[in-house]
Amino acid sequence: MKNKILKTLLLTGLTVGLLTGCGKGSNQAAGGTEPAQAAGNEAVVQETEAQTEEAASAGRSLEEIKASGTIRIGVFSDKNPFGYVDANGEVQGYDVYFAKRIGQDLLGSEESVEYVFVEAANRVEYLQSGKVDIILANFTVTEERAEKVDFALPYMKVALGVVSNEAAPVTEVEQLNGKTLIVVKGTTAESYFGENHPEINLLKFDEYQEAYDALLDGRGDAFSTDNTEVLAWALQNPGFTVGVESVGSLDTIAPAVQKGNTQLLNWLNEEIQALGEEQFFHKNFDETLAPVYGTAVDADNLVVEGGVVE
Amino acid sequence: MQDMGIQVLFEGINFSRLLAGLWVSLRLALISMVFSVALGIFMGMVMASRNKILTVLCRIYLETVRIMPQLVLLFLVYFGAARHLGIDISGELAAVIVFTFWGTAEMGDLVRNALISIPRHQYESGYSLGLTKAQVYRYIILPQTLRGLLPSGVNLLTRMIKTTSLVVLIGVVEVVKVGKQIIDASRYENPKAALWIYGTVFILYFAICFPISRLSIALEKRVKG
Repeated sequence: MKNKILKTLLLTGLTVGLLTGCGKGSNQAAGGTEPAQAAGNEAVVQETEAQTEEAASAGRSLEEIKASGTIRIGVFSDKNPFGYVDANGEVQGYDVYFAKRIGQDLLGSEESVEYVFVEAANRVEYLQSGKVDIILANFTVTEERAEKVDFALPYMKVALGVVSNEAAPVTEVEQLNGKTLIVVKGTTAESYFGENHPEINLLKFDEYQEAYDALLDGRGDAFSTDNTEVLAWALQNPGFTVGVESVGSLDTIAPAVQKGNTQLLNWLNEEIQALGEEQFFHKNFDETLAPVYGTAVDADNLVVEGGVVE
Repeated sequence: MQDMGIQVLFEGINFSRLLAGLWVSLRLALISMVFSVALGIFMGMVMASRNKILTVLCRIYLETVRIMPQLVLLFLVYFGAARHLGIDISGELAAVIVFTFWGTAEMGDLVRNALISIPRHQYESGYSLGLTKAQVYRYIILPQTLRGLLPSGVNLLTRMIKTTSLVVLIGVVEVVKVGKQIIDASRYENPKAALWIYGTVFILYFAICFPISRLSIALEKRVKG
C-alpha cells in the first residue's frame, strides 16, 4: 500500500510538474506545487538512472543504437500497403521493407528492428519524446513538420491522380475542359483544381464513398484524389482506369528523425543515396506496391531513387 | 461469394490476435481497478474526514481528473515524461498510471459518498465500545459502505474497459486496434470485412462486460440478503 501511495504522489508531482512546465509564463500557481514537482523529479531520477537522460535532447547516436543492438522504427500498422500487419501477425509493406533494409545495413540483421506502431496523429510526438529513432510511416514532408523533426531524403512521392471510365478515359487534364470532375471536400484535389483549373466543373462530396459511388453512377466524368488511392481503387473496379497518374503539386515522403540527430540523419541520407544505385525502391515497389496498384502503373510516378525528385 | 467477410476472422491467426487484444484491454482495466480500489478507499476516507485542507486538495485532484480528457493524461505521462523529464516508460505502464490516477479519484468520490451516508451514531457507538478509529472503519463502517459501492464500482470498471480503446495512441495495441489492423490488411481483397470485424469486437466487449455486471448484481443480492 505504501508503495502505491508513493506512486500516486510521484504521479501527481509529475503531472503537476508538466502542467506548470507547459505554462512557465503564468507563475502564480507554481508556488504551492514546486516542492511536489521537485520531489517527483528526485524520485524519478533515482529510479531510472542515467541512461534516459539524453533521450530528451537529440535522440540516440549511432553508437548508442549499435550498442543496444536494436533500432526502434515507427511504422503504421493499418495503412496497407505502406505499413500493415498481415493475417499472421507480421508487419509488412513498403515502409517496412525499407525498415528491414535499414536494420540489415546498420546493425547487420533484419531482426534488429523494433517496430513501434504509430498513428498519424502521434508521429511527431514519438520523435520529439525520443521513443523511436526513425519514423517511416508514410510521412509527407511539410514545412510545419520540418520545424519539429528532421526529414531525410525522400523515398517516395505522391501527387494527384485522375480515374475515369475506360469507355471515355481522361488521359490529359485538358480533356476535362467544361466537364465535371468529382472531388472530395478538404482534399488537395479540391484546392488544386479549384485554383488552377476554373474551367473544370467540380462536383464535391464529403466522403470518399459518396464520391466513388458518384463516379460509378456516371454523375461525373472523372474523379481525382491522391494517386495512390485512385490507383488501388481502379485495380479493384474493372472498367475504370487511371488515365492521369501524376498531376498537381508533388509531395514527397521521407524518413524522419528527432530534431538535431544529424548523425542518424546523415547516415540515412547516405543509405538512401547508396540504395539508389541498386534501384532498391523499385524492387521494394515490385514486392509491396505492385500487387495493390497493378503492374500497369509506372513505378517512376511513385518511387524516388537516391533521394532525387525529378 | 456472399460470406467472404466472415472468413477474414479465421484467416491466419486473426481470431487469436483479437482475443490477445481483448486480454490487453481487460488486463489494463483490471490492474488499474485493483490499484484504484485500494487507493480510492484511502482517498475516500480522507475526503470524508473533517480536515479542511486535505478535503480541498482532494477536491482539486478530483476536479482536475474529471476536467482533463484521459487522452491528454495519457499523452502527458507517456510522451511528456519522456520529453521533459527523460523518463521512458512503456505504453502499458503509462496506461496503468493514468487509469489508476483517474480511477482513484472516481473511486475516492464514491467511497466518500458511501461514507457520509453512514449515520454519525454508527461511529459514536463504535467509539463508545472502546474501538479505535481503525477498528471502527474496519469492522463497522467499511462493510456497510461496500454494498453501496458495488454497482458504481462495477460501472467504473466497465467504463475503464471501454476507455482502454484510447491507449492505442500511446502505442498499446488493444482489441479495437487489432480489429483495424485486420480490416486494413484485407482492405483490397475483402472490403466488406469491416462489418464482421467490428461486429466481433462488439460481441467481445459485451462478452466481458455483461458477466461483470451480472456478477455485481448477484454479489449485491448476497450482501443484502
